[in-house]
Amino acid sequence: MFEFFNTLLIGITAGSIYSLMAIAIVLVWRSTRVVNFAAGGIALASTFVGTTILEITGSFWIALPIAMLAGAALSAFIEFFFLRPLLKRSGEKTQEIFLPIIATLGILGIIKSVLQFVYGDRIGVLTPPLSDRGFIVSGESIALSPLRLMILGIVLLLMIVLTLVFQRTNLGLSLRAASFSPEISRLSGIRVDLIRTLGWAISGAAGATAGILQTTNGSGSVSPEAFEFSLLLVFGFVAAVIGGIESLVGAVAGGLTLGVILAIILMYFGSSLVFFAAFVILILVLFLRPNGIVGVKGGRRA
Amino acid sequence: MSAALLYAKGVSISFGGLKALHDVHLELRPNEVVGVIGPNGAGKTTLFNAMCGLVKPDSGKFEFEGKERAWPRTDELIDLGISRTLQGVGLFPELTVLENVMVGAQKLAKTGLISAALGTNKRDEEVLRDKAMRALDRVYAGTLANRRADTLAYPDTKRVSIARALVSEPKILMLDEPAGGLGPQDIEWMNNLIRNLTATMSILIVEHHMDVVMSVCDRLYVLNFGEVIASGAAETVRRDPAVIAAYLGTGVA
Repeated sequence: MFEFFNTLLIGITAGSIYSLMAIAIVLVWRSTRVVNFAAGGIALASTFVGTTILEITGSFWIALPIAMLAGAALSAFIEFFFLRPLLKRSGEKTQEIFLPIIATLGILGIIKSVLQFVYGDRIGVLTPPLSDRGFIVSGESIALSPLRLMILGIVLLLMIVLTLVFQRTNLGLSLRAASFSPEISRLSGIRVDLIRTLGWAISGAAGATAGILQTTNGSGSVSPEAFEFSLLLVFGFVAAVIGGIESLVGAVAGGLTLGVILAIILMYFGSSLVFFAAFVILILVLFLRPNGIVGVKGGRRA
Repeated sequence: MSAALLYAKGVSISFGGLKALHDVHLELRPNEVVGVIGPNGAGKTTLFNAMCGLVKPDSGKFEFEGKERAWPRTDELIDLGISRTLQGVGLFPELTVLENVMVGAQKLAKTGLISAALGTNKRDEEVLRDKAMRALDRVYAGTLANRRADTLAYPDTKRVSIARALVSEPKILMLDEPAGGLGPQDIEWMNNLIRNLTATMSILIVEHHMDVVMSVCDRLYVLNFGEVIASGAAETVRRDPAVIAAYLGTGVA
């Protein structure tokens, strides 16, 4: 029972980070209908920015927001200079529909190469600001530490902010409207191009946070070829699909579900099955609930 | 003759080798209701789309308030004071009625993106909500404010789409088949609404429904095969032999 409880805690923490990555993917999908593989690269690059700032200032709380800004800027840059011209050109022909997807894969490769060139064999170190030693409950150490609590707190805070922006502000209304129908939104006077860039920027900031938290929750260091980031990207995608790819709430539900299931498999069946299990879940969802576990048909709720 | 509010001069558009519009002139004066009619495929909606930046004309000039300018981009229309409804209504299905109307009111928001994101200017949100509510009341749809748009009956969706077009307080309202799919009672209501609106704006209508066109329009342009075959006061145009020929069998006369 105690072991199972700990497994749940581990799963929820990891899952909350997948949720952030899933949100990054969903935001880009909603604003431009692009499957964004570059999200992994944006997270990776901004995590490197975070480690550099941490090295200079010594403060995690300065490094995190600057990494988020870097992620937002890089993501907006990619949308503006690569995807926007590409999407303007691409039409209905099959090969043209694949263009943006191939482009994001290419951008992911470019980002990794640039990081490799800049950092070489050096790794970025992200010393956690808080202890990762578990709290003691009735004499036993549980899988919840000050660090994990901080991770959950940051994710929760970001989700509350995002929800408020989407549901309560004019900007959120524009973001939702533009993702439903660019044409009608333009007729209503919404600057859809600007709103799209902004959607990418928010996505970049969410991805950057996911990258920083994934690193602090994991090995505490990051390299340009970090396997942790490949996992983060793949699990983020699986979580987004579980949640129905359109929905922010779905992305969170998908991330947490995936995190908990994978933690249980890791605990009771061993690490070799984790990757396999993630894909089995992906296939099952695609077959049984193609609109996601919270999605309704055609649903695009925020 | 008072000066034109909007003047589309010599508009020609072709798709591939097909001429959709050829040298079409259209003028809209203040507080006037002008109808664009014609058989299916005559180019009515293409003309509307050109004025909304949805289609790029091959040639032709665009004058607004007496000044020549580039054809407007779609997202500039509201700023110019031009609102348009769509044939397919085009509400956002999963937003509430009030939110749908608020989308049309973005122009009235004073705050920049940053403070909009932070929601710091609470008053701004309230002002928009207020205006949206008033626009809904104007089309007698105030009680629908909190319903989701995809739960509305068809005639109500038409009202809401008009409220969304009105909320930005346009100088020109472009209605794409406002009577399409409506029953006689709702058509009567639509006619009254259009007549009342002319006190504060000019209205341009694309419409199949001859009853509506004849009862509300001051002037008509008749399109056939992409060309204007007749224009002028509604009563004169209706008796024009060329118009009757174009509409032959569709019950105009």
